[in-house]
Amino acid sequence: MSSEIPAPTEPTTDAAAEAADQHDPTAAPVERPKTTGLHVGDAKPGVAKVDPIIVADGVRRTFGGLTAVDVEHLEIPRGAITALIGPNGAGKTTLFNLLTGFDKPNEGTWTFDGKSLSGVPAFKVARLGQVRTFQLTKALGLLTVLENMKLGATGQRGERFWSSLIPALWRKQDAKIEARAMGLLAKFKLDAKAPDFAASLSGGQRKLLEMARALMSEPKLVMLDEPMAGVNPALTQSLLDHILDLKDEGMTVLFVEHDMHMVRHIADWVIVMAEGKVVAEGDPYSVMRDPAVIDAYLGAHQELDLGVVTGRVTAEEADPTTDAAASTSVDADELASAGTAEAEAEFAPDTEEKKK
Amino acid sequence: MRSPFPAVAHPPGRMIRLLGVILAVTAAMLGVFALSASPAVAAEGDPYRISGNVQLDGEPLEGVKLVIDGPGGKQEVETDENGQWRVSVPEKDDYTVTLDEETLPEGIAVVDPEDDSPDEKDVTVGAGGRVTVNFFIGEGERNVTSMWDQFIQRTVQGLNFGLMLGLAAIGLSLVFGTTGISNFAHGEMVTFGAVAASFLVSAGSLALPLWIGLPLAVVLSAGFGLLLDMGLWRPLRRKRVGVVQLMIVSIGLSLALRYTFQFFIGGGTTQLPYASAPKLNFGPVQLSWIDIASIVISIVMIIAFALWLTRSRLGKATRAISDNSSLAAASGIDVDYVVRVVWIIAGGLAGLAGVLYAYYRPGIKWDMGAQMLLLMFAAVTLGGLGTAYGALIGSLIVGVLVEVSGLWIPSDLKYAGALVILIVILLFRPQGILGRRERIG
Amino acid sequence: MDWIQILSNTASSILSPATIGYALAALGLAVHFGYAGLLNMGIAGFMAIGAYGYAISILTFDLPWWLAAMIGLVAAAIFALILGVPTLRLRGDYLAIVTIAAAEVVRLLFLTTAFDDVTGSADGLSGYHASFREANPIPPGMYGFGPWVYNENQWWVRILGLLTLAIAVLVVWMLMRSPWGRVLKGIREDEDAVRALGKNAFAYKLQALVLGGVLAAAGGIVYALPSAVSPGVYVTSLTFFVWTALLLGGAATVFGPLLGSLIFWVLQTFLSNFLPALVQAGVLPFMTQIQAGTLRFILVGVALMLLVIFMPQGILGNKKELTFVK
Repeated sequence: MSSEIPAPTEPTTDAAAEAADQHDPTAAPVERPKTTGLHVGDAKPGVAKVDPIIVADGVRRTFGGLTAVDVEHLEIPRGAITALIGPNGAGKTTLFNLLTGFDKPNEGTWTFDGKSLSGVPAFKVARLGQVRTFQLTKALGLLTVLENMKLGATGQRGERFWSSLIPALWRKQDAKIEARAMGLLAKFKLDAKAPDFAASLSGGQRKLLEMARALMSEPKLVMLDEPMAGVNPALTQSLLDHILDLKDEGMTVLFVEHDMHMVRHIADWVIVMAEGKVVAEGDPYSVMRDPAVIDAYLGAHQELDLGVVTGRVTAEEADPTTDAAASTSVDADELASAGTAEAEAEFAPDTEEKKK
Repeated sequence: MRSPFPAVAHPPGRMIRLLGVILAVTAAMLGVFALSASPAVAAEGDPYRISGNVQLDGEPLEGVKLVIDGPGGKQEVETDENGQWRVSVPEKDDYTVTLDEETLPEGIAVVDPEDDSPDEKDVTVGAGGRVTVNFFIGEGERNVTSMWDQFIQRTVQGLNFGLMLGLAAIGLSLVFGTTGISNFAHGEMVTFGAVAASFLVSAGSLALPLWIGLPLAVVLSAGFGLLLDMGLWRPLRRKRVGVVQLMIVSIGLSLALRYTFQFFIGGGTTQLPYASAPKLNFGPVQLSWIDIASIVISIVMIIAFALWLTRSRLGKATRAISDNSSLAAASGIDVDYVVRVVWIIAGGLAGLAGVLYAYYRPGIKWDMGAQMLLLMFAAVTLGGLGTAYGALIGSLIVGVLVEVSGLWIPSDLKYAGALVILIVILLFRPQGILGRRERIG
Repeated sequence: MDWIQILSNTASSILSPATIGYALAALGLAVHFGYAGLLNMGIAGFMAIGAYGYAISILTFDLPWWLAAMIGLVAAAIFALILGVPTLRLRGDYLAIVTIAAAEVVRLLFLTTAFDDVTGSADGLSGYHASFREANPIPPGMYGFGPWVYNENQWWVRILGLLTLAIAVLVVWMLMRSPWGRVLKGIREDEDAVRALGKNAFAYKLQALVLGGVLAAAGGIVYALPSAVSPGVYVTSLTFFVWTALLLGGAATVFGPLLGSLIFWVLQTFLSNFLPALVQAGVLPFMTQIQAGTLRFILVGVALMLLVIFMPQGILGNKKELTFVK
């Protein structure tokens, strides 16, 4: 992407400070600086980034009649922590699966580090340096914690069938991997658990193990699917610190999260999805102050049909489980008066096309 | 006339190939028998003998192939240099001897103006234990049925087979849908129905009239399903045993039941009354009244089942559980109760299929259900695992396919044909014809 | 009751080719199921291909016995590839149905009269021992002590069988301690997690399927080495018996399959001698000798159920691994 316009416009440190003061009970003792100046031009869905690591174009995935993901253009900034948020069923995890090769889109192209990933299987995506974790933790229960970690290392000679039969070929490498694994485990305070079966860990410890295991592959991009889900509050802070450390070590982080405090606290950039589309992008403070986002996507009005709010469908076609009348009235009065006119205008081209 | 080929009422006249499924399966069990030291197949040591002589104008014909079918399975024999042949058979019973006209010299056939199918003879091994069969051989037209007529006949037989397969497969599919068990013991539930029927109506046993005995056998089978659920599956559900474990438990159950049947009824084949009812001609199609009754009963039961599944509260609850068990439980459906009803229905339908299958083969054997099991899986998979209608349609396709494919491939490979189709379907459309993709993975 | 005879027969079964053949097949199944989590219900098909590959190579193509054995193993490897390439993407229980169906297709193909010249159809194949016995370095005579007295040919079969088993155990043991085995066990636990770490899960599963299939074929060859190849042996019951032996010893262990097969055959031999003797002695008046023979297969089924429910980890399995594989 072009870097002709280097200057960021909107995100300001004032806003950050202000937000940090106002709320955020989980705030770290030492607030680390946010990375700013990531995008080019106005922060709107699909905005170009100064240095994107992932660029997706026209990625669409349907399940039967339902369109789970329909992303026209999306760029993920390098060297920053990006949060992907949105209500349940917005297509966040599906997008994750598509980007990592665990699912195949009906159409669309996307690149990682300039290399096209269309049709590339998941394991090759991971080898390129893009690792992910899962929403439901996938600790390999009947392997020990240490074995879990060693599995994460790439390029192991002993993992090839024939050479695995000759220990001399892989012993040294394995010892090095083990040393690195123990180092990481110590950092994640799991070293005492190294010889135990991963099945014996608590939910939060498994999350940590999964993240540590992903780091064994020395990735460029770490994708975390709901890293905080089911984590004991006592572990939350250390998990947040680990994620912030990733950025400090030069990695890019993309994560899906429902916990807004966490998003505000650590994300440099936020992408909001709803009904499979990217509906807003920006730094955490401006996105979260966007009333449309607050109202429609963060659960203030869950009885509203998002389709009606965004003008995608008429009230008659609204989902029967929602309050169609309320949705239209919101559309007409509340949202408009609450200053969402710009936001609506930004969605407009998109929704117009959709109507046809 | 008894069909030499239990799975197909043979078309009038020359069969294309006579080696049948029964040979395959009997021989298959040879190994197991060898282990269990209870030879039930025809072998050299068998006490009774059928023999004969094949000559043309007084000259012996060598290398003419004959197939002898009856209790103990099919045997194949060739004439020696004197034109003579003999086989040993295990029981005093009815046998069918068929001469393979393709092994006769060019232009020669079995001729008998009195008989529609002179290449085939029924014999009874009686008190003497020995019987001789001779064929009239001369120049003449070989007895040939048109391909089309054979096709129609086999299609009708295939539908009959498919319907009874469907009865069994519906139960298998319901059980899978509601409990997630791939029940490898379902074949034994089929056998149970046939064995129960034999116990109730056979002359040597209780000898109840058919109209009481056969329905009672189905009721017993339903009770067997209930018993299995109460004694085994429900405790395992309580224990939250995983599906793979349940599958292997069902394999153990299948082995245990199978050999329990053998324990009680032995390795031989027994017949239900009227198993050899005469065939009636309907154009190119030959059916006995047993066949017709079987088709009618299957259709009535399937319609009744469909009504139950779609109209009754319980049926709807069953479908809800198949769809999403925890959601159904959360919305107040008593999953345990519904699953128990499913086991009862599965048992009853499997038992009915067993009774009908005993007439269709014909004969009751300890491993008859196991023969059907993979075809049931094929049918259920073809239609889409866990959907009852899919299982039915899959069964009809498998039934017709198995019978009709016998026109082109050796009949001892026709089950293999159905299994190859099963594998191919799983590869290209693992959700089956009617299944939904979400069920996969 | 002739206790000496019963116990002697039982002890003799410890070294029987059937025990060694089962141990090899169960070891192959351990690689499939215990380590890779593949639900292979077609182990009988692999054994049949090994045995038929061996016999047909000798009888039809007149090859020396060692080359014939190689061909049997290679044929099983090819079968594993044909089976695995399309099916390893399927969910576990689908794989079970596909493999059991494929094994039945294999058996029916060996059984059909269409290929009678090569396969012997229902009669099976026999009389392929000449080349194997010529290679026997043991001079003619009876050797051994106690219940283990065999002639030179019987010893030759047992020695080669045990040698094969020893090599197989060593290979599997080394593989499972290596990073390769670690990946395989990871796939068993959660395939997606392993793929997310950059491992080609499909390739590993295929390698495991081929390795286990070759071991099972070796088991099939050893099983058929002393006598004959009969299509009636390779029925689904054989698959289930091997599963029972495996689960008895411990699915995710290297020595479990050996121990399981040993116990399976020792018990089978004991019961097949003991039960009819009981009947003969009038202890089981409600049973015929034939029924007594059938009883032990009922017991196998019951044992399999009890094992899976109450001791899924097997005798040698780790108590901590109480969770059944998947």
